[in-house]
Amino acid sequence: MTEPLLQVKGLQAWYGESHVLHGVDLQVHRGETVTLLGRNGAGKTTTLKSIMGVLRKRQGEIRLNGKDLMGLPLHQIAYAGLGFVPEERGIFSGLSVHENLMLPPKVADGGFTLDEIYHLFPNLAERRNSQGTKLSGGEQQMLAIARILRTGANILLLDEPTEGLAPVIVQRIGDVIRALKAKGMTILLVEQNFRFARKVADRFYVMEDGHMIDTFTADELEGRMDSLNETLGL
Amino acid sequence: MVTVFGISLPALMGQLLIGLINGSFYAMLSLGLAVIFGMLRVINFAHGAQYMLGAFFAWFLLRYAGIGFWPALVLAPLGVALVGVVIEKVLLSRIYNLDHLYGLLLTFGLALVIEGLFRHWYGTSGQPYSIPSTFQGAFNLGFMILPKYRAFVIVASVIVCLTTWLLIEKTKFGAYLRAATENPTLVQAFGVNVPRLLTLTYAIGAGLAGLAGVLAAPVYQVSPLMGQNIVIIVFAVVVIGGMGSIMGAVVTGYVLGLVEGLTKVFYPEASSTVIFVIMVLVLLVRPAGLFGKE
Ligand SMILES: Nc1ncnc2c1ncn2[C@@H]1O[C@H](COP(=O)(O)OP(=O)(O)O)[C@@H](O)[C@H]1O
Ligand SMILES: [Mg+2]
Repeated sequence: MTEPLLQVKGLQAWYGESHVLHGVDLQVHRGETVTLLGRNGAGKTTTLKSIMGVLRKRQGEIRLNGKDLMGLPLHQIAYAGLGFVPEERGIFSGLSVHENLMLPPKVADGGFTLDEIYHLFPNLAERRNSQGTKLSGGEQQMLAIARILRTGANILLLDEPTEGLAPVIVQRIGDVIRALKAKGMTILLVEQNFRFARKVADRFYVMEDGHMIDTFTADELEGRMDSLNETLGL
Repeated sequence: MVTVFGISLPALMGQLLIGLINGSFYAMLSLGLAVIFGMLRVINFAHGAQYMLGAFFAWFLLRYAGIGFWPALVLAPLGVALVGVVIEKVLLSRIYNLDHLYGLLLTFGLALVIEGLFRHWYGTSGQPYSIPSTFQGAFNLGFMILPKYRAFVIVASVIVCLTTWLLIEKTKFGAYLRAATENPTLVQAFGVNVPRLLTLTYAIGAGLAGLAGVLAAPVYQVSPLMGQNIVIIVFAVVVIGGMGSIMGAVVTGYVLGLVEGLTKVFYPEASSTVIFVIMVLVLLVRPAGLFGKE
C-alpha cells in the first residue's frame, strides 16, 4: 500500500495532569473516509484535537504527507493541509455568516470557490448577512463544514457533525459528506451516530479509554457487529 | 446679550468647546484601551504613559531634528507603537495565561517607571509645543471664537475613531480580531498567526495613545505628568462605556467631555468629580457599562 496521507503513531495526550490518550495509532489514506467510533469519553475528540495541535500537551508521531506536525506552532499546522470542524462548531457570534465563511485563510490551492460553497449550502447564501450564531444548529454545522472547504485543506477532521441534529438535517450532512467524497476529499470523522457513520465510512477505528482497540473496513463490518454492540452499547 | 439659564452664550459655548476637546482625547484614549482589552484582556495602565510618550516624541523630533508637527503626527505614534511591540513581546506575552490582575499590575508598574524616568529627566513643568502655522488663529462664528487648531483636533479625533472602527468592523484584519476575541485557539488552528495579531493589536492601541499625545502637545503642553492626569478619567470613561466595547468607549468619551464642560458652567465645584459620580451610578445600575454586554 502507498504511504498514508495521515500517519499517527503512539499518540499520547494530557489535559493538565490527566493522561487521556495512551498510544493511539491511526492511518488515513488519500481519498478515504475513516470513522472513529467509541463511547462518550473514549478519547475521540482528544485524538482530533491532538492531531490538529489545539491540544498542545501531546507526544508521539503525527505526519501529514510525510511532514512532521509535532513540532509546528498551531498556526502552521493548518498549512500542512488540515481542516478542522470542532465538536462545538466554533461559529463566531461577532461575525456574520459570510465573515465566518471567509475567516480561515487559504492554506493551499484547489479549495471550493465561494459559488460552489453557496451552491452546496443554499441556506447559507440566503442568510449570508445574519449574525453567525443566529443560525439554527443544523445551519451552524453546515457553516462550520463550509468554512474549511474554501481553504484547500485536503483532509477534513469532523467531530460529531450530526450531534444534536434532526434526522432531515443529518441526511443533508450525509449528502454533503458523500459529495465531498465524490470530489476525492479525505475525511477523518468522529461519530457516535453509528447508523449515520456506516453509510459514509470506508474504514473504522474503535477507541476505548484512550486506546485504539480495533480497526476494520466497511466490508468487514457485518462480522464485527456483535463486538461493536458490546463496546459501543448500540 | 444672549443668555442661556442666566449664562452668557459665548461663555457656555466656550466651556462646551473645552468639553468637546477633552472629550476628543477621552474618546481616542479609551478607544485604544478598549481595543487592547478586547483582544488581550489586559487592562493597559501604561496607556497614559504612552500618550505622554507620543507628546514627548513629537517634542524630541522638533527639538533635536527640527522635524515639525505634520511629520511628527505620523512618526511619533509609530515610535510609540514600536515601544508597544517591545512591551508586548518582552513582557505581556509571558503573562497571558495568568489572571488579568497581573496585566494590570505589570502595565501599572511600567507606567510608573516610564513616567518616573521622564520626570527625572525633564522635571514636572511642561515644555511648550507650538501650534502648527496652518492652524494658528481662530474662526469667528459670531456666537463664539473657535481656535482653528482646536477645531482641527475635534475633526482629527473623529477621523481617528471612525477609521479604527472601520478597521475593526469592515476589514479582514478586523474579522480576525473579532474572532480571536471569542476563540483565539480556533482562529490560530485555522492558520492565523494569533501571537502576532496580539502584538499588532497592542501596538495599534499604544500608537493611538501616542497619536492622541501628539495632538495634545500644542493644547496642554508636553509634560511627564500629562498621562497620569488623564488616564484615571479615561479609565472611568471605559468603565462607564463598558469594557471592551469600541463604540461604547468612543461615544462615552465625547459625551463625558461635554458633561464635564457643562458642569463647569452650571456647578463648577463638581466639574472634577462629575465623571466619577457617573461612574459610581453606572456601576450600581449597570455594572457591565452602558454599552457592555450583560
Ligand atoms: N478539557 C478537558 N479537561 C480534562 N479532561 C478532559 C477534557 N476534555 C475531555 N476530558 C477527558 O478526556 C477523556 C476523553 O474525552 P473526549 O476526547 O472528549 O472523549 P470523546 O470525544 O470520545 O467523547 C474523558 O475522560 C474526558 O472526561
Ligand atoms: Mg467528543
